[in-house]
Parts: sequence; structure tokens; C-alpha cells
Amino acid sequence: MDFSFTEEEERFRAEIRAFLQKEITEEFLQSLQDLGELEFSREFTKKLAEKGWLAMAWPKEYGGGGASIMEQFIFNEEIAYYGGPTGAHRQGINLIGPAIIARGTEEQKRRFLPPITRAEVVWCQGFSEPNSGSDLASLQCRAVEDGDDFVITGQKVWTTNAHRADWCHLLARTDPEAPKHRGISYFLIDMKSPGIEVRPLINMLASHDFNEVFFDGVRVPRENMLGEKNQGWYVSQITLAGERSGIAFPAMCRRLLERLVEYVKEAKRNGEPLARDPIVRRKLAEAAVAIEVNRMIAYRVAWMQHNGLLPMVEAPASKLMGSELMKWLSALALEIMGLYGQLQPGSKSAPLRGQIARMHMYSLGMTIAMGTSEIMKNIIAIRGLGLPRA
Amino acid sequence: MDLDFTEEQEMLRTSARDFLTTECPKTMVRELEESEKGYSPELWRKMAELGWMGLVIPEKYGGMGMQFFDLIVLLEEMGRNIVPGPFFSTVVLGALPILTAGSEEQKKELLPKIANGEAIVTLALTEPTATYEASGVKLKAVARDDSFVLNGTKLFVENAHIADYIICVARTKKGAKPEDGITLFLVEAGTPGLKCEVVPTIALDKQCEVVLKNVTVPKKTMLGELDKGWPIVARTLEQATIAKCAEMMGGAQATLDMSVNYAKERVQYGRPIGSFQAIQFYLADMWMKVDMGKNILYEAAWMVSEGLPSREKVAMAKGWVNETYKFVTERGVQIHGAIGTTRDHDMGLYFRRAWAADLAFGNTEFQREVVAGYLGL
Repeated sequence: MDFSFTEEEERFRAEIRAFLQKEITEEFLQSLQDLGELEFSREFTKKLAEKGWLAMAWPKEYGGGGASIMEQFIFNEEIAYYGGPTGAHRQGINLIGPAIIARGTEEQKRRFLPPITRAEVVWCQGFSEPNSGSDLASLQCRAVEDGDDFVITGQKVWTTNAHRADWCHLLARTDPEAPKHRGISYFLIDMKSPGIEVRPLINMLASHDFNEVFFDGVRVPRENMLGEKNQGWYVSQITLAGERSGIAFPAMCRRLLERLVEYVKEAKRNGEPLARDPIVRRKLAEAAVAIEVNRMIAYRVAWMQHNGLLPMVEAPASKLMGSELMKWLSALALEIMGLYGQLQPGSKSAPLRGQIARMHMYSLGMTIAMGTSEIMKNIIAIRGLGLPRA
Repeated sequence: MDLDFTEEQEMLRTSARDFLTTECPKTMVRELEESEKGYSPELWRKMAELGWMGLVIPEKYGGMGMQFFDLIVLLEEMGRNIVPGPFFSTVVLGALPILTAGSEEQKKELLPKIANGEAIVTLALTEPTATYEASGVKLKAVARDDSFVLNGTKLFVENAHIADYIICVARTKKGAKPEDGITLFLVEAGTPGLKCEVVPTIALDKQCEVVLKNVTVPKKTMLGELDKGWPIVARTLEQATIAKCAEMMGGAQATLDMSVNYAKERVQYGRPIGSFQAIQFYLADMWMKVDMGKNILYEAAWMVSEGLPSREKVAMAKGWVNETYKFVTERGVQIHGAIGTTRDHDMGLYFRRAWAADLAFGNTEFQREVVAGYLGL
């Protein structure tokens, strides 16, 4: 085995770091926070596109950089560590882009991919519905054929960035008679189409990321169907093709831990720095161990993908661990900070820009979004260990 | 980056598994636990014939000249099968420090004997102070003419009762730091004043109390330099800690496999218990910890093998592996139900081993304190 990166990869990492250190300043993060958009910046995404880093691992012919998955992985690790806002491109780069590359027609590739690589479009994902969360294949949003169009009627929910998005990639039922996985088709929908209504859902941080999206007789031309009719479920599984190491969680947690270490060296309780408290020391060490373990499973996933292997169980495991770790670590941070932990941005006494309580509130969604922790465990048990279905 | 095993390593794994399955069944493991010596000379001889004891010993000293990382593969298999006997103490705690610090003469004399199975070795480090830190070393060695006279007590010394050589960690000088003034001596079995007695432990793994009363050894038995022995111990501890992790992950994987198989076979309420989500979640959690434990084990072992600074990663790995092995054996017993709590069932065997291994070379709290130091706390 060899856990080292090549010289070229190390050089690349250094280059990204230098860029991110220059761009992701406290002022920049503060300005995003003031806008209430900590995760979303079209300008920042644009800068990444100009550097050629946005779609770095996509084929060159569609505007990508032709880089390896390993380079993409290194990029993702660094950007998460420095807290760069990825909301404006995450859907396009990680989810719909790879699906179009894998299953799109040549025309769809030429039409949809280059604008993503140039940071010109924001995508949102129309998957979840009020009655279809973990059991996504039970979705009821209908698409009815009408001449050269499909007519979409139904409701989607938890649609991140729908209020900012130019396009939506959506699953709708085209055959209500077929078994649930086999009657779904995959559509690419212009958010300016008549009949779409977006209503905000405010999360517990009081920030507007999610939406409900209502489709009332929205016409979508046939050429905007991705893959074959009634094959949408299987196309949606292709979204697995993007880099899916889950490295963002341990990278974010590593940054948080470093800040916590600085904090406990300064902060005092009964005249003693918190860093001398054996419980604080051991809890932070426990966090460091978990972060390293999480980083290593992410490396394994990236390495598998880099070598053409499918991380069918490893990727869900990484997501499961990372999201749980973030929740646990941010709660630990709150606990260590005591009364100060609850302070929000804007308070002059708030440690770490008042981000800890926000991070913890935010983390609750992470063990739910993109497959709940329970679904991840089901996957491990059934696919990984071959246990019988309930 | 290459996270695959080499073909050679895969072959080593397969042959070790096949060999141990036939030559070291659990019935034998249990019998040896209860025996006085705690090992089978016949199995020991066969292992030597396979070249295992000399795996990491260079060819010029009669070994196979393989890397530390190869040893990790073998140790995983030994842990999987719970191989009783002095392999770990002889190779990891004996051959490795001799390789690190031995004189050419010592290497020539001892390493071939270890490689061919003639010599059983162990390391006597810990004392009634029960710590792996240098401050715990109280046993005194005083120079007299061309010899040193050793006085003191060592505790938790693996297989001292059958060892031909005991590497004894002694204090030769009171230094400014506890790490100063420590010297290692190769003490031969049968030296007058040396007494070894097995202490009963949870894993019946033949840990000993070693009492040294005016044990006189010639100067040439010194391993490494006078007063400068601690770095040798520290290096050996790094190697031993990650080597122990390998054994533990082998055992943890065996426990997981047994539990998955049992969950598929055991029927209650008319269906296999493995179809119940509660059991599935236990097993998913177990798999996660084991799979991730292996990743960090291999990372740290690779660093040790490459001679990179590895203390922090080794401490991280041991911290994780400790908790993992205890967790999977406890869950394993729970999944097996009442039968898992019996003395005759293998789950209990692994459970007892998990605790012994957890304590060896530093439990989780110890490792976390090491990590805290590296965090700058």
C-alpha cells in the first residue's frame, strides 16, 4: 500500500490552497453571512470556473478539465476545509452533470454541460415529495405525454435553491400501472416554464435554502427527457458517478476542530485554560481520531473511484459517518463553550463568529439529506452484508 | 496512492488463513489457554518452517526479508484465529528492537535463532506502576565491574515463563526527564535471581510477573547504548501498538463474520433475525467500525513501515481499534443471545481477547492523551 500523493497532486493541492486562502477571507465569509447566504455565491463559483476547477474531472469536449477523480477529490477536500461556498454549483457538478455525461444524448451533452462548466446556470433537484422521502420510488408527481411534450403536475419539496435555480432535474411518474421503480422518467426542466410556483421553507437557522415547488401543467419538450421513458429511476442512480467520497464532512470538521483547539487554549474556566481540563482534552482527541478515520474512508472511496471500482457500501458509510460526526462535533463544541456557545452572529461576545450553534442546527439536516443515516445502514446491511430484507 | 495489497501479501493472507484453520482450531486455542505453557511447540515449529518468525528479519540473518507491512497482514490472520503462543512477543517485541538497536554480534547470534523458531523472546517493560510511560520504569540496574546488577519487578510481561531471552528495560541513571537514564538488557532465561510467574488474566494470555533479585548480566548483553534506551522502547512501542491493532482487527473481522452468519441462520418469529432492522443496524454499525478501523490501521502501519513519523497516527489507530474491538465483541454476544455468554462459545473468547488487547500498549484514554498532545493541547 502507499498512502502518499504524487508530486503533481501535491503541487495541485498547494495551488488550490493558495487560491482559497486568498479568496476565502473572513470579510468574504462575513459578506455572505450578511446576505444570509453562507453557502451560495455565484461570483465565487464563477471564479472557480475561470480557474478551470469547476468541472475539472469532466471530459474536455464538454468544457471539463479532463482531470482525474483524485484531483477532483483533492479540490473538494480543500474547498470544504476552507469553507468555500459550493451551493451555486454543487447540483450541477456533482449530480446532474455526471448523469447527463453517462446517459444524455449527444445533443443534451452539448446543450447542458458547457453552461454548467462556465458557472452560468444553477440547478436544483426535484426528487423528494411530501409523501416520498426515503421511499423515493413511491413518488407521485405525474408526467403525461401530450404530442411532443410531457405535461408535469405535482409537488416537490425540500428543493434546495429552487428560488435561485435556472433549471431543475426532476423525477416524475410516467407509468402509474408499472411497479414503482419502473414507471419513473427523468426530466430537465427550465425553471422559467409557465406553471411553476416556488414557495419558501425556512429552516431552523431562519435561513431560506429549501422550497416547495408546485408544477401545474408544466410543459417539457420530449428532448428534455434524460434517458429512456420509464427508466428514470435507473438514470437517477447514475448520480453516483460523481466524486462521492464524502470528504467534505471530515474536512469541515478538521477546520472546526482546529478552531476549537485555539479556543480552548485561550478560554478560561476558574482561571485555568480549558485546554488543561482532561475531559476537554480527551473529547477533542476523540474528535481528532474520528476525523482521521473519516478522512481515510473518504480517501478509500476516492481511490476506488479513481481505479474504476464502485464504492457501493463505502460511499454510504462515509456519508453516514461524516454527517453523524459533524452533528456530534458541533454539539461537543457547543458544550465546551458553555453559555457563550449559544450566541449568534452579530453578538460582540460570540466566539468563532457565532457559527457554532448555527453549525449544529445546520448539521441536523445532514443526517437526513441525500439518504438518512437509517437508509445508509440499510444499504450497508443488505447490499454490503447480504442480510435478508425485512 | 495505492490502497491495494500486493499479490504476495494476498498469498500470505490466504496461506496463513488456510494453515491456521487446519492447524489451530478453536478447541486447541481453548486447551492451550488452560495449559501451563500456553503454546504448542509443534505448531510453533510448523510456523517457523513457514518462515513466519523470520518474516521481517533480513535474509542475511536467516529471515525472509519482508517489510513491516507484510507482518501486519500475517498478524491480522493470527488475530482472526487467536493463535496462542509467543509469536507477538518474539517477533514484535523481540526481533524488532534487536533489529533497531542490536549490535552486529547480537543480531548474528539472536536473529537466526528467532527466525528458525529456536528462541522465544519477550520484552519486560511494564512494572507494578502499570504504565507504558518512561516514568513507570523503576527497575534498577547498577554497574559492577564488567556487569550490571538488576533489581526490581516487572509485571504484565507476555510469555516470560517460556522465554529464552527477556529484553529487560531498566533504569541506570536518574535523569532530568524520565526518558533519560534508561537502558535495555538481554537477560537469558535461567540467570540466577530471575523468577517468572504467570498471572491469571481475563484472556489467560500468559502474562507474567518477573522478579529480578540481584540478577547479574555482562555488559555485552546491553541492547543499544547506556542510558539511551528509551528511543528504542518508543520505537518498539509504535511498532507493537500498530501490530496489536492488526491482530485486533483480524479478531474484530472474525467476530463480525460470525455474527452476520448467525443472524442469517438464527430463526425467531418465523424469520432469520438478520431480517430485523434492529439487528441489521447493529451489524451495519459493526461493519462500519471494522472497515474504517482497517483503513486507519493500514495508514498508520504504512507510515511505520516507511519509517515516517507515526506516533500520532498510531495513537489514533489504537484509540479507534480499541473501541471497535470491544464494541463488535459486545454486540456480537448480544446478537448471539444467551449462547454467546457461555465459556464454550467463541464469542466470549474474542470478547476476553478484546479487553486484553485494549489494555495492551495503552488503552483508549492513554491514546487520546497522546493525540491531545499532538493537537497542541
